[in-house]
Amino acid sequence: MSLFTLLRLAFRVIGRNKARAALTVLGIVIGVAAVIAMVALGTGAQQNIASQIAALGSNLIIIIPGTTNVAGVRGGGGSSTTVDVEDIDALRREVKTISQIAPANRQQVQIVAGDANWGTQVQGTTPGFYSVRDWHTDQGTTHSDQDEASQNKVCVLGRTVATELFGREDPIDKWVRIKKVPFRVIGVLSSKGQSPMGSDQDDTVIIPFSVYRARMAGTQRDQIQSAYAAAIDANSAQAAVDDMTAVLRQRHHLRESADDDFSIRNLADIAAASREVSESMTLLLGSIAGVSLLVGGIGIMNTMLVSVTERTREIGIRMAVGAKARDILIQFLVEAVVLSAIGGAVGVFFGWLAARLLSDATGWVTIFDPSIAALAFAVSGAVGVFFGFWPARRAAQLDPIDALRYE
Amino acid sequence: MGSTPVIEAVALGKVYATGDTPVVALADVTLQVHPGEFVAVVGASGSGKSTFMNLIGLLDRPTSGLLRLDGVDVAQLNPNQRASVRNHKVGFVFQGFNLLRRTSALENVELPLLYAGIPASARTAAATRALQQVGLGERLGHMPNQLSGGQQQRVAIARALVNQPALLLADEPTGNLDSTTTREILKLFVDLNVNHGITVVMVTHESDVAAVSRRVVQFKDGRVVLDGPPPAEWTPSIDVPWHTPSQAVVA
Repeated sequence: MSLFTLLRLAFRVIGRNKARAALTVLGIVIGVAAVIAMVALGTGAQQNIASQIAALGSNLIIIIPGTTNVAGVRGGGGSSTTVDVEDIDALRREVKTISQIAPANRQQVQIVAGDANWGTQVQGTTPGFYSVRDWHTDQGTTHSDQDEASQNKVCVLGRTVATELFGREDPIDKWVRIKKVPFRVIGVLSSKGQSPMGSDQDDTVIIPFSVYRARMAGTQRDQIQSAYAAAIDANSAQAAVDDMTAVLRQRHHLRESADDDFSIRNLADIAAASREVSESMTLLLGSIAGVSLLVGGIGIMNTMLVSVTERTREIGIRMAVGAKARDILIQFLVEAVVLSAIGGAVGVFFGWLAARLLSDATGWVTIFDPSIAALAFAVSGAVGVFFGFWPARRAAQLDPIDALRYE
Repeated sequence: MGSTPVIEAVALGKVYATGDTPVVALADVTLQVHPGEFVAVVGASGSGKSTFMNLIGLLDRPTSGLLRLDGVDVAQLNPNQRASVRNHKVGFVFQGFNLLRRTSALENVELPLLYAGIPASARTAAATRALQQVGLGERLGHMPNQLSGGQQQRVAIARALVNQPALLLADEPTGNLDSTTTREILKLFVDLNVNHGITVVMVTHESDVAAVSRRVVQFKDGRVVLDGPPPAEWTPSIDVPWHTPSQAVVA
């Protein structure tokens, strides 16, 4: 029999009992839909995290003064004042595995330009910041070492701040006031979007570190709230963390048994950890989906067994007019595969739909991968072959005379 | 004619090994049917006539003896070869018609051609011809449940003939039909036998149906107890060319 004839026959038989077919393939539909939706979600989450981490800058290492631990009460990151300006200078001098280090102190301020004003975060940092964070200007320039040395009152606006204060106007060479100090705008940073923690990274103003110390820091002139360092290359990130830890521990006179009074985090580690989490999530959800496919396959086997029993007489008639065992086997196998492939196709559609609805409703990024869809579809077909084989073989092994006499 | 017998059974036997005591369904049947014969197989229920039909139709396997169909020793064949013989050499007509439900008359008749590997267009042409031959050329697309019993049996006959078999086997073909339809079906068999030279072996328990044949084989307890022309006292339900009163008297 030609494949076309077999398929036509299979579709006709399935079409005769649509409700049963629908219930039979439900397991496959759910399994495949779950695989498609979960993988779309997982891939989207992974890519999201990867792009956010890339936005922070490659080879980035963050130094934060220690989480204080006073009698078991632990302050948050940056709550202590254990790292100072000299520590940063020492790290810059002594650690060879970093190419740049930039302190970054910040506070919330109200920034005023003409009659517009905007509450934002002002950051005082050195010019190295731009390269460490891999952050460049769309308009104008970043501040220079000369600006640091001369304590020039210049500022570089984040994209959000530029828009809030100046709208469509060109902010370059305009003046803004921060804490009543006038600053000349020399540049506007490119947009970085959301941080991995969800805050708007573009809602910031950057001024020279020397100016920040003199004009903004008040009494805490020497304290460092955070610093960004860049490892010389991606492979040296861990070595850089270790080297910096050693230098800081020595400078802080920490004993062997004492905890660090600072924390140094390597973004590559954070990226790897988050990737691992999302990969294992995908794997977990994928195995749940796999179980669902297995259950779906058993459903198909059950229906095919019932079908073979119901159609024993048909099998007898076919054998009486010359069907070979193989013809019967193939007929029932094709039926099982068509059933499960229908389930697979419907499942791919619903999985795609679920991923879309989910991302519309929650804003999560989902990525529909056609090759995963093709794979899921192929697996559902394979499920049909696997679980359809035994019922089909039972049909094929029937004795013609017994099958014909079956009531 | 001296040609090869269509059926040649030598000491054919069938024993069912069900339970403790084996049941002898057929014992030591030796029989030849030649091309062009019209044979009625008669006997009481359980006499072995259906077992004999199932054996020569290759639906069942003998436990002893020799069986040749059209010269081929079919006892030696494997299941695939037996399927092929069923497909090419034998056409089966059953009491219960045994048509596929919700399948058109045309597709039912195409079934043997499907398993013979005939391409679709040739299948349709041959099945259409077979249905025309049995007088159902107007009902190709009808489903079995849209046809009367007699029409369904005609579809079954068309299916049995479509592959041009050497032998037409009919197991109680008129058992489910009223007397008018019975006569129509018998006329069809006679026509196929006389005008198309098809060998017919027909099981029946009705004497007026059996009397239509040219030769009656009677089974009892698994053995052939009578083999010859229909007894004179049996009145055929239709007029047949070979059945004349004088012959009946002689017999």
